[in-house]
Amino acid sequence: MIIETVGLAKEFTVYRRKGRLRRERRVVSAVGGVDLRVERGELLGYIGPNGAGKSTTLKMLTGVLTPSGGSVRVCGLEPVPQRSRLARRIGVVFGQRSQLWWDLPLADSFALLRHVYRVPAAEHAARLAGCRKLLDLDEFLDMPVRQLSLGQRMRGELTAALLHGPEVLFLDEPTIGLDVISKQAVRGFLAELGGRGDTTIVLTTHDLADIEKLCRRLVVIDHGRVVHDGSLAELHASHGSRRSVVVDLDAPWPDGLVPVGATVTAIEAEGRRVTLTLTGATAGEVVAQLAGAVALRDLSVREPDIDEVVARLYSASR
Amino acid sequence: MGTVRVAAALAAAGFRRFSTYRQATVAGATTNIMFGFLRCYVLLSIAGSAGQLAGYDGRQLATFVWVGQGLLAVVNAWGMLDLAERVRSGDVVTDLLRPAGPFTLYLCTDLGRFGYALLTRFLAPIAAGLLFFELYLPVEPLTYPLFAVSVVLATLIAFCGRYLIGLSAFWLLDVRGVTMMWVFLWGGAGGLYFPLPVLPEWAQLVLWIATPFPTMMQAPLDILVERGHTGLVLLAQCVWLAIGLAACARVQRAAWRRLVVQGG
Amino acid sequence: MANPYLRLTVAQIRAQTQYRLSFALDTVAAALITLLDVITVFLLLSVRGELGGFGPREVLLITGIAALAFPLADLAVGNIERLRHYVRTGLFDAVLVRPLSALLQLLAMDFAPRRFGRVVQGLLIYLIALVVAGIDWTPARVLLAVLAPVAGAVFFGSLFVAGATVAFWWIESGELANSFTYGGRDLTSYPITMYGDVFRRVVVFGLGFAFVAYLPALALLGRPDPLGTPAWLHWCSPVIAALAATGAGLLWRTGIRHYRSTGS
Repeated sequence: MIIETVGLAKEFTVYRRKGRLRRERRVVSAVGGVDLRVERGELLGYIGPNGAGKSTTLKMLTGVLTPSGGSVRVCGLEPVPQRSRLARRIGVVFGQRSQLWWDLPLADSFALLRHVYRVPAAEHAARLAGCRKLLDLDEFLDMPVRQLSLGQRMRGELTAALLHGPEVLFLDEPTIGLDVISKQAVRGFLAELGGRGDTTIVLTTHDLADIEKLCRRLVVIDHGRVVHDGSLAELHASHGSRRSVVVDLDAPWPDGLVPVGATVTAIEAEGRRVTLTLTGATAGEVVAQLAGAVALRDLSVREPDIDEVVARLYSASR
Repeated sequence: MGTVRVAAALAAAGFRRFSTYRQATVAGATTNIMFGFLRCYVLLSIAGSAGQLAGYDGRQLATFVWVGQGLLAVVNAWGMLDLAERVRSGDVVTDLLRPAGPFTLYLCTDLGRFGYALLTRFLAPIAAGLLFFELYLPVEPLTYPLFAVSVVLATLIAFCGRYLIGLSAFWLLDVRGVTMMWVFLWGGAGGLYFPLPVLPEWAQLVLWIATPFPTMMQAPLDILVERGHTGLVLLAQCVWLAIGLAACARVQRAAWRRLVVQGG
Repeated sequence: MANPYLRLTVAQIRAQTQYRLSFALDTVAAALITLLDVITVFLLLSVRGELGGFGPREVLLITGIAALAFPLADLAVGNIERLRHYVRTGLFDAVLVRPLSALLQLLAMDFAPRRFGRVVQGLLIYLIALVVAGIDWTPARVLLAVLAPVAGAVFFGSLFVAGATVAFWWIESGELANSFTYGGRDLTSYPITMYGDVFRRVVVFGLGFAFVAYLPALALLGRPDPLGTPAWLHWCSPVIAALAATGAGLLWRTGIRHYRSTGS
């Protein structure tokens, strides 16, 4: 067990201004008792809506924030009291907060990190060579970080987090704001890293494509509590993800027509394109029913979309 | 009419923005009060039994120090504009796209800040001074409005200086050095560290004629304690303001040209 | 393998010296500002030939200790002021995920070489003061002459750290620390006999400022205190400095646990 939390909680005291001078003191629970067990080598997606407590959890796991309740162990260490020792064994990428030295060339940041983490030169060089190849760093290695594009910087951040060979890699929104190509590069790299099985990866994201491509295990958090812990398939199964059939018609959809075992969820293009969500019938059964009632021009079957599932999950947990 | 409304809206926004920094206001005022005590005790101790220092009596010295501490945040010569930072990041391009023009934009926002500082940072040290020391109050009623005019002029002159420093970022990128120089000269040559009449007469003359610094602190304070020639002091302020405005316009033109040529 | 803190410091110096003109101006201005404090003291001294009952040589010794102690502290830990910037932007996260002491990292990462000029200048002033003060040298006085500015620096350094730590609770409060750091520098540059009675008791003795320059200077000069403090107390500045450092360390540890990592 490389990460283990029991009842991990974080409360913040906030002051809200009431009127001109009076302030109201309120205790807000950002994380309210999270139990999490992660095995070595897992690639875990930690997702939830804004303000759900994802980043707060990650910050408690990395020793940035002091928990207000529960227990937490990462690599067998207590993050806050043993912060320095833990820092040597984990890598952290906070998507919106750079770890690199703004005014220095990327290569200098890497050289500096070798000393910060006291990594033997040969090990450092080997890991850097690996990252340079996989992440295409060469073209901007000598540029000051402030001049890098967001995608380039993120590739630099990933490298920076890995140069000391961490056992666990924490990524907070690693793909946020990236263009499509950079996203793919980052995902490809993480998939490769996760596939090797010696690095445990925990990532938070808003980008559900990250999860579909990368995460075998998914932990969904909302309002500071875990609302799902399992695979993506299990999430679909337990939250009734449904396939749908989209049909294009020659004539507008007749009012009141509802096939057995399906519901009409969208009517577009002046009634000539209709989406039917399957609620019991198979796609074939629905098509068979329709064939007798309307003139079909074209049809397609859509697989359930994780966006929808998660959106449904969030609204259900409210 | 439209311009006035835009200016008022900008000033109101500046006022609101600064009024959200309440902790900073309290912290800043505390610092002003601490320095007020220090400088006031030191000057009064020197005035000592003779009862006067460089032509100021004890009450005038106390007023000089405490109102000076209040003016510090109002004139705000040390608070740099975001301009330099925006030049460095390239965001300054969006300032060019606004209809009001960057000088007006920053000036109006700064006037909002000026208003907020008058209500808070100006009054706090003066209240402390009144509480612990005997302050000099002007004899002539006319002194009050003249002092107010002088404070506005001082603020505008200081604004021109800060704006020029901001513009210098187009050439220097990092303006910290220039800022430090400005802070140094402002403190030493402006009357903050010591009243300028402590200096020999020739040195005072050089400072008043060759530099703008006395017009931003010493000038309004001298008017308030009714020392020296009020008309001349105001004239010096007007001249330096005219020079400052002209310099801003000129340097700004050069800066924009540079921006257009180099593409940010 | 070289010390990681040293590496961080060197990297920071390299980053800063990228903008050469600005860096040069910055260094010069930083040195000038310290000089301005000393000049102010002597300008005021020149008015009556004494300050608070102390002659020029004695005042020079007091000012000299302060003029070396403060820049030493400022060079070593003055940049901790930037903590509030790290806390506000959440950049402190990046500091905490590295395997080094957070405090030392911040000091190394924001090391400001431009402050070095002030130390050299302060050292010169102090050495001159020691020579001209006419001290009756004994082994104990030699030791104190070395320890006094160091103890003063530790004392000011503790104030810097304690003041910056407030940012963990009160983000916009940065300037509050200035009352005690920069204010303290001014305060300790003068004979404390100049201050008002209540202020002297509460701030000067109560917060320990008397131990920075005034009391050690009395011990070096072998002069009894006109304020009547016992002679043994004049030798106690290292003890006070150690107490201050312990307090600041405890505050820092508590503060770090209050870090809230704003944003998301």
